Amino acid sequence: MIEFINLYFIPALTLGSIYALGAVGISMIFGILRFAHFAHGDVMTVGAYGVLTAVWFIPLHPLLLMPFGAALAVAAALTVDRFFYKPLRKLPTIYTVISSFGVALIFRSLLQIFWGAGNEVYIRGITKPLVLFDTFRIAALHAEAILLTLLIAVALHYFLTRSRTGRAMRAVADEPELAAVAGLDTEKVIRATWIIGASLAAVAGVFAGMDTDVHPNLGWNLLLPMFAAAILGGIGKPMGAIAGGYIIGLAEELSTFNWIGDDALVSPSYKTAVGFVIMVALLIFRPQGLFRGRLL
Amino acid sequence: MSVVLSVAGLTAGYGGLPVIENVTLDVEERSVSVVIGPNGAGKSTLLKSVIALTEIAAGSIRFGSVDITGAETSALVPLGICAVPQSRNVFPSLTVSENLDIGTYASPPRNRMETEQRILSLFPDLRDKLTQPAGELSGGQRQMLAIGRALMSDPKLLLLDEPTAGLSPAYLEKIFDLILDIRATGVTIVMVEQNARQALRIADMAHVLVNGRNFISGTGTKLLANEAVRRSFLGGAE
Repeated sequence: MIEFINLYFIPALTLGSIYALGAVGISMIFGILRFAHFAHGDVMTVGAYGVLTAVWFIPLHPLLLMPFGAALAVAAALTVDRFFYKPLRKLPTIYTVISSFGVALIFRSLLQIFWGAGNEVYIRGITKPLVLFDTFRIAALHAEAILLTLLIAVALHYFLTRSRTGRAMRAVADEPELAAVAGLDTEKVIRATWIIGASLAAVAGVFAGMDTDVHPNLGWNLLLPMFAAAILGGIGKPMGAIAGGYIIGLAEELSTFNWIGDDALVSPSYKTAVGFVIMVALLIFRPQGLFRGRLL
Repeated sequence: MSVVLSVAGLTAGYGGLPVIENVTLDVEERSVSVVIGPNGAGKSTLLKSVIALTEIAAGSIRFGSVDITGAETSALVPLGICAVPQSRNVFPSLTVSENLDIGTYASPPRNRMETEQRILSLFPDLRDKLTQPAGELSGGQRQMLAIGRALMSDPKLLLLDEPTAGLSPAYLEKIFDLILDIRATGVTIVMVEQNARQALRIADMAHVLVNGRNFISGTGTKLLANEAVRRSFLGGAE
């Protein structure tokens, strides 16, 4: 049981936190801009490299340098929105989807040009795990990732329900034409969506980079489970996306536990397929997601 | 009386195809103007043109002294023009109170509390539903919420696209009464209506559109008595 919690459950929640933070952005962008943002994984990577660069110059813990990663990711997202997505806004959204594929390639290539294609790490050496009650051994990063994600989820909920911008965002997601008729500034709402989506992606990117290492494919490799999480939570439902992230993260990690006999139920090298299977099953049987989001 | 809205020689439609052609009408301050006509006559297109949701090929729309032809839709609320579309006119996942709140974003009313209380006294049904998502309301309640949202910014001109569509006769009467109450607060109202006879009864001015063109205009009473209007749109003798 203790082994299960230390080696499977906590890492699963960590992975779920990463998926959750990425999926929130995907879900919000789909809800408001109405397109599947395939460059979202690469926005995560941009954020991860932003913090990596900050770590080289400022001798602080990477999590404290998060604002640098978020700023770089937000700047990147707002720039591509202005020059690549905005001109396509009035066209059918498939144009924007394809454009976002191009943007994903641009981001990845730029990262390779400026930072190189190799693997980088935030902190060298081994960090000691936190030991609770002499039994639970939790990597500091895992504890930080899980707590910070839950904190962000609560803050996001209050932002969306209490703040003016949050309400305007929900209104645009509900009925974009009515929102314009009611005088809401849609472009301002879109900017807010990118700022939140890219900031959370940067946080997810740094967690992912700290958990393994930072490389140009970091976010792209996580895109599939994040989309699965966004669909599971119901497209356009940010809180659903967070729940979806944890469900996919738990399903992937826990599928490798030795539930039957001594061997892993699913070989760890196939664990990403679990997220994929969940997504395919959802699209067939419950395309609106668990929390009644928009149909894709 | 001064003219609040003036549409002159307007030709507009969608995708390069005109739906209304050379339509002209003037709306006087603090009046109820009704646009009636058969299905497909372009009544809604006329209203949508005023809020810049169509392509305008010719003509002009003026609000007071401001030319608003082809203005940005979202820029009209601050000028004092609020519209209530026929369908999808509430934000279903937002609560009733949040829907009303959205109405104040583009152009905050002078006294927020006072405006909200005035609207809730016009629509007492909404008072008990403030924390419910708008998607759970009945058709009539939604219509009231949609009008309430539009009134939250203290507009000068209120545009209503078939506010009684799909409502029960009881609600229909209620909505028409409310429109007169709203006019009494100093708001000018332009509405498109299917229920022509009832609409003409409350109308100060009425405009009949046929095939996207002006057919006849006049006071509500005059059109109710007009033989051609009676025969074509009011289903003969009452």
